[in-house]
Amino acid sequence: MTAHVTVRIQQADFDVAREIALLTRGRTDIGAVVTFSGICRGTEGGGEIAALALEHYPGMAEAEIERHAQEAMSRWPLQGLTVIHRFGRIEPGQNIVLVLTASQHRQAAFEAAEFLMDYLKTSAPFWKQEEGTKELKWIEARAHDDAAAARWTKS
Amino acid sequence: MKVKYFAWVRERIGKAEETIEPPASVRTVDDLIKWLASRDEGYAYAFEKPRVIRAAIDHAHVKPDAAISGAREIAFFPPMTGG
Repeated sequence: MTAHVTVRIQQADFDVAREIALLTRGRTDIGAVVTFSGICRGTEGGGEIAALALEHYPGMAEAEIERHAQEAMSRWPLQGLTVIHRFGRIEPGQNIVLVLTASQHRQAAFEAAEFLMDYLKTSAPFWKQEEGTKELKWIEARAHDDAAAARWTKS
Repeated sequence: MKVKYFAWVRERIGKAEETIEPPASVRTVDDLIKWLASRDEGYAYAFEKPRVIRAAIDHAHVKPDAAISGAREIAFFPPMTGG
């Protein structure tokens, strides 16, 4: 069976159950699917927000995520993976990002999902702006996200 | 070459993209940042902390010492906050 890699950048919402079904349809060699969904919180830095506005770099966003998807496929014995990242205005409670990883046994799927999320945070060209009650404010990058990504670097 | 700006770099410069023709003495990404920063106040503000600025050439991340010759598209942006 060939591995199934899907990378999508879209404004529209996604359906987690549907994406899992697409990844596993017709296959009996998958024993584990790990799902990570990133969801917009209603608070950021202690204050309430009305929404997040996500800007991205079309073309590079797809290319960068595709590179990390291929690296995940080469580092772990995966049967397939799906990465979907939304852009545009996203309100609290709505989906932002989805990572699905499928493998025969759970460890590879867990590790690959963490690897992909750590890299999405620090190297996929997306920028979040928080929409407060009065103004728009760019969210700053966090050092602990850089540290999380750095632990996957091969020494 | 085409240059693109994102997030607050775009806001400070006041445009999302443009076509530029830097002089031959501008060889690296770092050189290009210095050259752009000298254009006007908006550019100077956008590039006031050059170490914070990230760059990509033809859709791939690059370091400040990367050569720009042959680049079709160079992008400048703040540290990423997706995911």
